[in-house]
Amino acid sequence: MASNDSIKKTLTVTIMLCIVCSVVVSTAAVYLRPVQEVNKSLDFKRNILAAAGLLEQTAGRKVEDVFNERVTTRAVDFSTGTFTDQVDPAKYEQRAAAKDPSRSTDLSADEDIAKIGRREEVGLVYMIEGDNGLETIVLPVRGYGLWSTLYGFLALDSDLNTVKGLGFYEHGETPGLGGEVDNPNWKAIWEGKKAYDEDGDAELTVVKGAVGPDTRDAEHKVDGLSGATLTSRGVANLVQFWLGEDGYKPFLTNLKKGEA
Amino acid sequence: MKIKELLFAPIFSNNPIALQILGICSALAVTSSLKVTVVMCIALTTVTAFSNLFVSLVRNHAPGNIRIIVQMTIIASLVIVVDQILKAYAYEISKQLSVFVGLIITNCIVMGRAEAFAMKNPPLPSFFDGVGNGLGYSAILLGLAFIRELFGTGSLYGVQLLPLATEGGWYTPNGLLLLPPSAFFLIGLFIWGIRTWKKDQVEAPDYKMAPNTKPQAKEA
Repeated sequence: MASNDSIKKTLTVTIMLCIVCSVVVSTAAVYLRPVQEVNKSLDFKRNILAAAGLLEQTAGRKVEDVFNERVTTRAVDFSTGTFTDQVDPAKYEQRAAAKDPSRSTDLSADEDIAKIGRREEVGLVYMIEGDNGLETIVLPVRGYGLWSTLYGFLALDSDLNTVKGLGFYEHGETPGLGGEVDNPNWKAIWEGKKAYDEDGDAELTVVKGAVGPDTRDAEHKVDGLSGATLTSRGVANLVQFWLGEDGYKPFLTNLKKGEA
Repeated sequence: MKIKELLFAPIFSNNPIALQILGICSALAVTSSLKVTVVMCIALTTVTAFSNLFVSLVRNHAPGNIRIIVQMTIIASLVIVVDQILKAYAYEISKQLSVFVGLIITNCIVMGRAEAFAMKNPPLPSFFDGVGNGLGYSAILLGLAFIRELFGTGSLYGVQLLPLATEGGWYTPNGLLLLPPSAFFLIGLFIWGIRTWKKDQVEAPDYKMAPNTKPQAKEA
């Protein structure tokens, strides 16, 4: 037994163990990757439906079917604010494009309030149409909170101003504090808020303290999360950014005028 | 006979949470809903059983001075595999468990059993010791989750049993039960219960409180 502690034996055991363990771990990762990808894209679609308030329709039905039936995905050119055919919306990966220097723009510190570094040239919008035309439009949003980038969706009503829902599908904020961005009660208070004021400026923000009917500009303000000041601030910034000039505002303005 | 003892002794007579006081952190964190708890219990039992098995298999070759690292490597690999499987086949639940699956690596039960049992015993008994301790952990966690979910939200396994006052029923849920500290109180009550039943688990007091003495008369 004493020979177990010799340098040769120690090295042999360590190397063997590392090889075996790494083979097992990488096999599991590679083999299960496709199933995980399917789950991820399903979760993505479920979150779009949830932001648009369509999740009830999935009861007893496949998320995939409801999504394909109700949601039209279109690509939008951020610089012109119009629909574009440069990319195929079904295959376009917005998050990958944002990292590619040839398909994204570097944001200056002033512009980059959401701290995302680069913004892709082309973004997706998810349109839900009913009998009377556009019912809901879902915009993908992202921005930095306290520890992580929050990825989510902001849904606007047919007037392109009233918020229908906000939800995040991926973030790494502290569970119980910043992680409360997933809390249904908090998400519910976003509903009915107005994104823009009369002058067309993006005013929607998160504030400290309760927002009652007497609060000035209550329609633009959401009560922040207790114990999560930085995450709340991050959410406010990302909402402002994506509703602003560098985000979807030019597109939304065009869409309202019917010129998108 | 031996296997039976290995499997069932950890449930009440040598419970990892109630007697060994291991693995408390995840017992507080994941027990607010029964569904998540069940998955956590299965994950932990699997990891403890297989880490015990593999640690026991290499125990005669593991150099004493790096044995903890050897155990950690085995445990960490198993946890990653379990995490990957959950992400593939139970995505929703893996999202809810978030960091806690990864934290099985640091769960004291897994390390504790590997070091205390698997390093000294052959593979098969070690495997059953792992399963047994996983069951002991599960017994406490399921008990906690049952009480916390039923009285905290009025539902069990996501099915609403007690109609909530906010939705026109009569039951006002106890919000405290949804917060981690409530699990602490409940574990305390469990330990009290088990020790009242099994008196041999009561530890001898470390010291005896001296009786009050009369104040000394002041010197003139």
